[in-house]
Amino acid sequence: MEISVTINGATHTHDVEPRTLLVHYIRDVVGLTGTNIGCDTSSCGACTIHVNGESVKSCTMFAVQADGEDLLTIEGLADGDTLHPMQESFRQCHALQCGYCTPGMVMAAVSFLEENPNPSDREVRLGLEGNLCRCTGYHNIVKAVLHCAAGGEQ
Amino acid sequence: MIPAAFDYVRAGSADEAIAALATHGDEAKLLAGGHSLIPLMRFRLARPAVVVDIGRLDDLSYIRDGGDHVAIGALTRHRDVETSELVAARAGLLGEVTSHVGDPQVRHRGTLGGAVAHGDPASDIPSALIALGATLVAAGPQGSREISVDDFFSGFLETALADDEMLTEVRIPAADGARWGFEKFNRRAQDWAIVGVSAVVRAGGDVGVGLVNMHSTPVRAAAVEGALAGGASAAEAAELAAEGCEPTEDLNASVEYRQHLARVLTRRALEAAGL
Ligand SMILES: Cc1cc2nc3c(=O)[nH]c(=O)nc-3n(C[C@H](O)[C@H](O)[C@H](O)COP(=O)(O)OP(=O)(O)OC[C@H]3O[C@@H](n4cnc5c(N)ncnc54)[C@H](O)[C@@H]3O)c2cc1C
Ligand code: FES
Ligand code: FES
Repeated sequence: MEISVTINGATHTHDVEPRTLLVHYIRDVVGLTGTNIGCDTSSCGACTIHVNGESVKSCTMFAVQADGEDLLTIEGLADGDTLHPMQESFRQCHALQCGYCTPGMVMAAVSFLEENPNPSDREVRLGLEGNLCRCTGYHNIVKAVLHCAAGGEQ
Repeated sequence: MIPAAFDYVRAGSADEAIAALATHGDEAKLLAGGHSLIPLMRFRLARPAVVVDIGRLDDLSYIRDGGDHVAIGALTRHRDVETSELVAARAGLLGEVTSHVGDPQVRHRGTLGGAVAHGDPASDIPSALIALGATLVAAGPQGSREISVDDFFSGFLETALADDEMLTEVRIPAADGARWGFEKFNRRAQDWAIVGVSAVVRAGGDVGVGLVNMHSTPVRAAAVEGALAGGASAAEAAELAAEGCEPTEDLNASVEYRQHLARVLTRRALEAAGL
């Protein structure tokens, strides 16, 4: 089936098998490999992107469901060489170790702050419940999100 | 894993979806938010030959005040239920329970209708609908019918819906001024409940209690409700929480442990609801 999807502002049109998972479409067909795959059970959140502005696990959607929708992946977050404030906060707060969970964490965190711009520590933890960090670097991830919410200045 | 191949039909209306179901019978599956169906398909525990996508039926995504009830369209996303002021004011238990489902990404995609139609005893949402005494509206080739939530869950992942019927609306008798409690016991963030309990005490004093993961279906704690109506205290009534239930044993809990959890969590939920 032919689908047209806007990803990071550019429109992509391809013929896909209905069973193609959205994350496979983004990585293997469009070639944007920033979005990771970390599990088979919809648990880890490494594949988190935005669909129409909301965080979604792209391994739990078929590409055909994204036909006509507006997607944002980690590659589309920065403004040229200027990092998105959430990326900058992750950098400043050392919120990544191996970096595997980071694209999904950042995308989940950006969506979360849009819904809850002034969260408590506990709310951040609940808001990132769908994302696992195998390096268990949660402490600094939570710090980074709070840092970003507070305006990002040190 | 990658799901088995299927034919994809995108329904433009509820009637189109029902027509597709009528044509393909039990070969076909509706796809709403996909957050129960796609995980099953990835493990090839479900291999529908035809997938009928109803995810774009925006006219079935709504939360309306029906006077004596709140009407919620089957395609309404968990996030919209969780943040609705109308649900908070008139069916607060459902809003609270929905906010404990999965994680934010799951709640952005999953729908109320999908959570009910899946018929999963481990799902949190049916327990709230049982406690609140919801009515489910199903549409088929012959028109619409209403099904009481007490007649809806017929077996493990089985419901009263026929192969050619779809759920269109969930109606919740208004519970203004009610108090409620929801207790979900699990060991890790994001996990499903090992056991869960929804309890509501309506302004007039009527009590409803629904249980998660205590039986092959979502189930009402009828003995608890009966004891409370007969004047028992919350602690006395909660002792009856596992009565009539046949919970399963798994890696997380033995049968006895589940029965114990049901009693303790029911007492806590009733106390949170003001009893
Ligand atoms: C990681 C993860 C964690 C989760 N955690 C929880 C949790 O803690 N608690 C919880 O309660 N749930 C949890 N869920 C399940 C989630 O709530 C699902 O969204 C919900 O159970 C199904 O809704 P859906 O719209 O995604 O349905 P789908 O997956 O699209 O459909 C589910 C089933 O219902 C049928 N169906 C869907 N809509 C209709 C309709 N209108 N009429 C008739 N049949 C229909 C489909 O054919 C399918 O058989 C979790 C899911 C995931 C992926
Ligand atoms: S790859 Fe999507 S949740 Fe793990
Ligand atoms: S930084 Fe390694 S998985 Fe999170």
